[in-house]
Amino acid sequence: MSDPRTELSQQTEWMLAVRDRRDRQAFACLFDHFAPRLKGFVMRSGSSSHQAEEIVQDVMLAVWRKAASYDPHRAPVSAWIYQIARNRQIDLVRREKRPLPEEWIDDTGSEPDASQILAVEQEAGHLKAALARLKPDQREMIEKAYLGELTHHEISTMTGLPLGTVKSRIRLGLERLRHELKALEP
Amino acid sequence: MSSITHHVPDAMLAAYAAGALPQAFSTVVATHVSLCPECRAGMEAHHGAGGALLEDTPEATVTQGTRDAVLALLDMPFVPEPVYERRGIYPGPVAELLKGQPPQWKTLGMGVRQSILSETRDGSVRLLSIPPGQAVPDHGHNGIEMTLVLQGSFTDETGRFAAGDLEVADETLEHTPVADAGETCICLAATDAPLRFRALVPRLLQPIFRI
Repeated sequence: MSDPRTELSQQTEWMLAVRDRRDRQAFACLFDHFAPRLKGFVMRSGSSSHQAEEIVQDVMLAVWRKAASYDPHRAPVSAWIYQIARNRQIDLVRREKRPLPEEWIDDTGSEPDASQILAVEQEAGHLKAALARLKPDQREMIEKAYLGELTHHEISTMTGLPLGTVKSRIRLGLERLRHELKALEP
Repeated sequence: MSSITHHVPDAMLAAYAAGALPQAFSTVVATHVSLCPECRAGMEAHHGAGGALLEDTPEATVTQGTRDAVLALLDMPFVPEPVYERRGIYPGPVAELLKGQPPQWKTLGMGVRQSILSETRDGSVRLLSIPPGQAVPDHGHNGIEMTLVLQGSFTDETGRFAAGDLEVADETLEHTPVADAGETCICLAATDAPLRFRALVPRLLQPIFRI
């Protein structure tokens, strides 16, 4: 069997190089991949091109500076960057800091678990495929929801969405968190 | 921690992950997630869905100037954002609102105390302290009320809520939470509208007590 690590996505490899080796070239690759998508994403929720560039700059700098909190066992790079981007945009628009949970960084010193990282990537792939299968109007609703344009009440009335896929991600994430919890026990 | 049985409803978790939840409710969700691996996994799964959409978003050209600026800033020293640690029973997001100080309690009568952490026209966040056996006065609410137990437990018409458990009540729920025997029950409560207390504090006094 080939080394499973070579099967990790490019984005994950880049992000790990940034986190573990402060690799600037890998960061430039991440920038070139994510910055244009981020800009498109941010502009969808109404930011001007100029403001979007500012947010992109902020988010990509945060990717560099907060790299230590990236954990490929728990989230694909895109999920981790999405969350940073939402925080930045909300902080800017509302001019107040969004309440965030305590960070939970796996500092149990365990070796990277390639199969878990691959499972996380695989789930991300399933999610992407499920989104691709949506009818246009459903897709639009989902986009609105994750751009923060729907209230929780509106989200609760959405039907026929790939929530099952989100749920399987929850199970995967929960397994990992339980594993970490166990490692933290005295 | 794993004994938590009342969680954040999924639509609320999705709205929180997307940044669409009002500030007061976001504080409660962030606090619950700090205590609950299950809801943390749920939140991260919603980030995953957001990330999948981000991956799929058509690209918009980013100027060379922005790229150069970011690369040039990588070596600049920066001040990390302050991290608020858990203080006793108060998880990070509550410790942040308390600014690292103990709560300033105000008596509401019958041994019930509250400490208002934030209050805007969009909602309020407060700590409530209820002695064992004491009822939180019968109240209905306009809008939604979220109550997260930080210490002790309470029971109302819908069930028992212990440390880490979250009750989400809307205007249709007329309930009387009673603190269980044992420890004083301390809760984090958020509303998007003023509560209407029926007993203990007459409505006329609400502006004075700010409840």
